[in-house]
Amino acid sequence: MSVEVSSAASGPSSFPGLSKAAWQDVAAEGALGTANPHAVDLGADQLRSLYRLMALSRRVDRQAINLTRQGALGVFASSHGQEAAQVGSVFALEPDDWLFPTYRETVGTFARGVDVVELLALFSGSWHCGFDPYKYRVAPLTTPLATQALHAVGLAMAAKIKHDPIVALTFFGDGAASEGDAHEALNMAGVYDAPVVFVVQNNGYAISVPYRLQTRASSIALRAAGVGIPGIRVDGNDVISVYGAVRTAVDRARRGDGPTLVEAVTYRLEAHTTADDTSRYRSDGEASEWRARDPVERFLGMLREGGVVDDAFLAEVEAEGEATAARMRDFLFDAPAGDPREMFDHVYASRTPQLETERALLDQELRAAEER
Amino acid sequence: MELTMAGALNAALRDSMRDDDSVVVYGEDVGRLGGVFRITDGLQAEMGADRCFDTPVAEAGIAGTAIGMALYGLRPVVEMQFDGFSYPALNQVISHVAKYRNRTRGRVGLPMVIRIPYGGGIGAVEHHSESPEAYYAHTAGLTVVSPGTPADAYALLRASIAFDDPVIFLEPKRRYWLKEDLELPVTAPPIGEAIVRRKGTTATVIAYGPMVTTALEASTRAAEESGWDLEVVDVRTLSPVDMDTLVASASKTGRALVVHEAARFVGYGAEIAAELSERAFGYLAAPVLRVTGFDVPYPSAKIERHFLPDADRILDAVARLLEY
Repeated sequence: MSVEVSSAASGPSSFPGLSKAAWQDVAAEGALGTANPHAVDLGADQLRSLYRLMALSRRVDRQAINLTRQGALGVFASSHGQEAAQVGSVFALEPDDWLFPTYRETVGTFARGVDVVELLALFSGSWHCGFDPYKYRVAPLTTPLATQALHAVGLAMAAKIKHDPIVALTFFGDGAASEGDAHEALNMAGVYDAPVVFVVQNNGYAISVPYRLQTRASSIALRAAGVGIPGIRVDGNDVISVYGAVRTAVDRARRGDGPTLVEAVTYRLEAHTTADDTSRYRSDGEASEWRARDPVERFLGMLREGGVVDDAFLAEVEAEGEATAARMRDFLFDAPAGDPREMFDHVYASRTPQLETERALLDQELRAAEER
Repeated sequence: MELTMAGALNAALRDSMRDDDSVVVYGEDVGRLGGVFRITDGLQAEMGADRCFDTPVAEAGIAGTAIGMALYGLRPVVEMQFDGFSYPALNQVISHVAKYRNRTRGRVGLPMVIRIPYGGGIGAVEHHSESPEAYYAHTAGLTVVSPGTPADAYALLRASIAFDDPVIFLEPKRRYWLKEDLELPVTAPPIGEAIVRRKGTTATVIAYGPMVTTALEASTRAAEESGWDLEVVDVRTLSPVDMDTLVASASKTGRALVVHEAARFVGYGAEIAAELSERAFGYLAAPVLRVTGFDVPYPSAKIERHFLPDADRILDAVARLLEY
């Protein structure tokens, strides 16, 4: 099967490297026995937008790592190498759709439009979630693995009950796929035909534990068959393939045809977080092989070859990246801690008698410290 | 009219669903069957399968999807079929249900209710008789409610569904068949207020859920058998607790005990006893006592009556209070 790429009049008619099967329908491999042709319909403007988001994501990620090394962020989970999987996925969403990310999807969440300073509050330690979920239609970056997949299913079920034609997209990883909540989410989405798309970023590692120790199955997408929904396995470092697969899944969900599981096979080029040490569990050689498949460079190569981007555009994107990075430095370095008394304000809709008592105690401690 | 607690809960769900289109009810067997205790009886037939439906056997899934629904503006009321099967949902409840408002700095509240039939005394097999209230009451961000009477079952469930924060609604299953003469819609003090069920002067008995009936039975017998005039306080909202009412009662009588089915060690009564000793110390003639189940896994049906606090165990404790 092949991935067809059509583009606007100014763009090329095809891209090198995409003629081979870049993704496969896993259900087709097993049960169905036939392959569905998938078309990717992106014009030159959209291709440039997609590249811009990937390049900015790369810059945001690098700046976040640097800010962590400088102490401005307590910790950071890098998306380096996973830009195609994340950005390609969210690029398939419409404005009213919802995104349910985890801490690993900072660049996908950034690409969805969340302000980068608000986005990184979790890591800077200023508040657990720094952005308004309703403003962006993005749920908080979730840390307990796979739990957010159920929230996505619930929101999709609610939208279906209300007859709103929206889709919920959630990410989880190859490690999280072992959690019970991942199975419950896939299964319940199937039972209710919920308009939800599951994107598994299979980046090869759950911190240090390799894929083979998560499952004996050759693919996580195979699980879709077990719950009666379509599963697609895609080259997660090829943004066009990711976009094509997720777009198909999103359209399907919006039509009322139910959920899809998309497995994007990629690689975590950086450590799990800035607190991790990859030398204890994997070789440099392995990472080097994946560096050669760098999703941003790979896409840029296609776009250059196709004449979709020129030096002026790339300079523009680079300048925007530098401005974004500067903004991150300005607002995240020495960011104020805020008033600790606020910890009592959002536990309930209003402060309870117990919280008033405890707030008064903290207030007393703070005042005493000020006088000292 | 005479109504059981089960009937009152069913009426509360029905009336809430009639009044507010955003209320949806789901869980295991709650649809066609009407729930294993028939609390959701007839709701699917009247409201449709979009608003009252069965789920796969997946408690984390039930709680987790309710979060997404509440995020989208619905008011889900979900059922954990039994106390002992509510634990798979604890990760969703503790990590998300309780924390979402705080995590989002007050931007996203989750108006949802998790109903859990709880407690023993029905001769059930293992895992069907547990009292998990301390797990929930210990978790900041949860509102924990447990009615002791049919009228309160109706009023508190309606209030919980209308509440802007998540509520863990603990239904004392052994009292599902408790009857009361009442006219619906019955009103009652709001969530967060305790009620003095019986005024008295000898000592204060603090109870909630299934033990309200037991405490009132003890107070009747105390008056008949010993001439003791017990005050019975129904906590109703375990968290946030109405400590002022408890302190006022204990300060008035000078003697207090807390009764619950759950185990004693680090149980709910320990917190109440500690608070009373801090806030009513000068008024107390005796230490606050706990009358509870024992620190053992819930026993099998034929011996459960020896585990459960009853009027005798309460009266023995009152006698000890009076020895000081």
